[in-house]
Amino acid sequence: MITVVDYGLGNLRSVSKAVEKLGAEVEVTDSPEKIEKADGIILPGVGAFHIGMQNLKRLNLLPVLSEAISKGTPFLGICLGFQILFTQSEEHGICNGMDIIKGKVKRFTHELKIPHMGWNQVKRQKAKGKIFNGVSDNSYFYFVHSYYAEPEDKNVIIAATEYGHEFTSAVNKDNVWGVQFHPEKSSELGLKILGNFLSLC
Amino acid sequence: MLAKRIIPCLDVKDGRVVKGINFLNLVDAGDPVEVASIYSRENADEIVFLDITASVEKRSTILDVVKKTAEQVFIPLTVGGGIRSIEDIRLLLKSGADKASLNTAAVENKDLIREASEQFGSQCIVVAIDAKRRHKGTKAQRENPEWEVYIYGGRKPIGLDVIEWAEEVKELGAGEILLTSMDSDGTKDGYDIELTRAVSEAVNIPVIASGGAGTPEHLCQALTEGKADAVLAASIFHYSEYSIQEVKKYLKERGIAVRIKGRLCAEL
Repeated sequence: MITVVDYGLGNLRSVSKAVEKLGAEVEVTDSPEKIEKADGIILPGVGAFHIGMQNLKRLNLLPVLSEAISKGTPFLGICLGFQILFTQSEEHGICNGMDIIKGKVKRFTHELKIPHMGWNQVKRQKAKGKIFNGVSDNSYFYFVHSYYAEPEDKNVIIAATEYGHEFTSAVNKDNVWGVQFHPEKSSELGLKILGNFLSLC
Repeated sequence: MLAKRIIPCLDVKDGRVVKGINFLNLVDAGDPVEVASIYSRENADEIVFLDITASVEKRSTILDVVKKTAEQVFIPLTVGGGIRSIEDIRLLLKSGADKASLNTAAVENKDLIREASEQFGSQCIVVAIDAKRRHKGTKAQRENPEWEVYIYGGRKPIGLDVIEWAEEVKELGAGEILLTSMDSDGTKDGYDIELTRAVSEAVNIPVIASGGAGTPEHLCQALTEGKADAVLAASIFHYSEYSIQEVKKYLKERGIAVRIKGRLCAEL
C-alpha cells in the first residue's frame, strides 16, 4: 500500500489518482498507524512551509515519518513535501523543517516573475537518479514555487533546473527522494517518474 | 528554460462543453473529460474550464466534471466562472482543480483574493480581468491607451483602470492574471498586444493573454511583443484549424521556448 500523507495542504487527489492510474493501491491518510505500515510514502503539498510543518506537528506525523525514513521505507517528497525534508526555510521568518537533508530553502531573489510557474527543463546531474529512468535529459516538468532548496551536500542533487540561476530540482539520499516539480501534473513523463518511484516500493 | 504555456479553454455549461468542438475521433464532443484528455495528449500545457452554468441548482456539476477530469488528465487544470467564496474554491481544489480563477467576486470582495491566497497559496489563485479600451478610436486613446475593468461577464463597466487593478490584485496575493481583451475577443484578429504588454510590464506575476487568437502568429505576437507568459485560445484549437503541436512547432521555429512532446528514452 502506498500512502499519500494528508496534512491539509495541496492537491492530494491528483497524486492519489496518478498512483492509482499506475496500478498501485493507494490510500490518502493522516493516520500515523497507516503511515507506519506503508510500503511507500508520498508527501505532496503546495503552500506555505510553516503551515505545512505546523500541520505535520499538530497531526503528530513528524515522528512516524522520520521513523519510516530511517527504517528504509521509500519516501517521495513533492514540491512543499520536498522542501520540508530540508533543515530550514526562510519562508515567513526562519522555520525548521524535518532535517532529513541538510540545507536551506530560500526565496528566489532575481528579477524574474515569481512564482516560478510552468513547464521547465530538468537536467539530470548523474546517472544514479533511478526515478529518472527512461526519461530523457532536459525534459519538461511542471513547477509552481517561489522558494528553492539548497542542499549542503551536493552529492544528493540528482537534477537541476534553470530559473534566473540553477537550482536543485530533485534529490536522493538513500531511500528518500524529493522533486521540486509536480510529477502528478507533468503528463506522461511525470507519471513515468511516479512509476519509477513505485517500482522501488 | 521556462516554456511559454499554450492553454486551451473550454466553456462548460451544466457539465457539458458548449461552443462547437470539432475534432476527429471524438466520441462525445460535449464531454469535457474527453476533450481535456485529447488536448492533454496533443501537448497542451494546461487546461482551463470556464463554467458558464447559469442556474444555481446545477452549479455543482462542475465539481463532478473536475473530479472526472483529474482522474484522467495529468496536467494543471484551472476552473473559472461563478466562484464566489472560499468554500467554492475549497471544493474545486478538493475535487482536483489546481487553480481557481476569480473575476466578478474578486472585484466585489477584494478580501476574497487575500483570504484565498493566504489559505490555499498564491499559486492557485488566478484573477481574471476583462478589459476594454476607453475612448476607442480617439487620438488620446492612440497616444495614451487606457483600459477599463468590466465584470458580470463583460456586461458591467466599473470605472476601474486595468493596470491599477492588476497591480492591486498582485498585492492582494493573486498568483497569476488571466487577461482578456473584450475588444479582441471573438474577432480572430489577434490579441490586444498593447494591453497585454502594459499589464505584463506592470506586475511581476505571470500574465495569460486571452481574446482574439486566430492564427499561430497571433500567439507568437502575444508571447514576444506582448510579453505574455502564456496564451489562452479556444476556437483555433476547437475547430482543429491548428493543432497545439503545430502551433508549438511554429513558435519553436521562431525561437520561443515551448514544451515539445516529452520523450521517454531507453532505460538505463
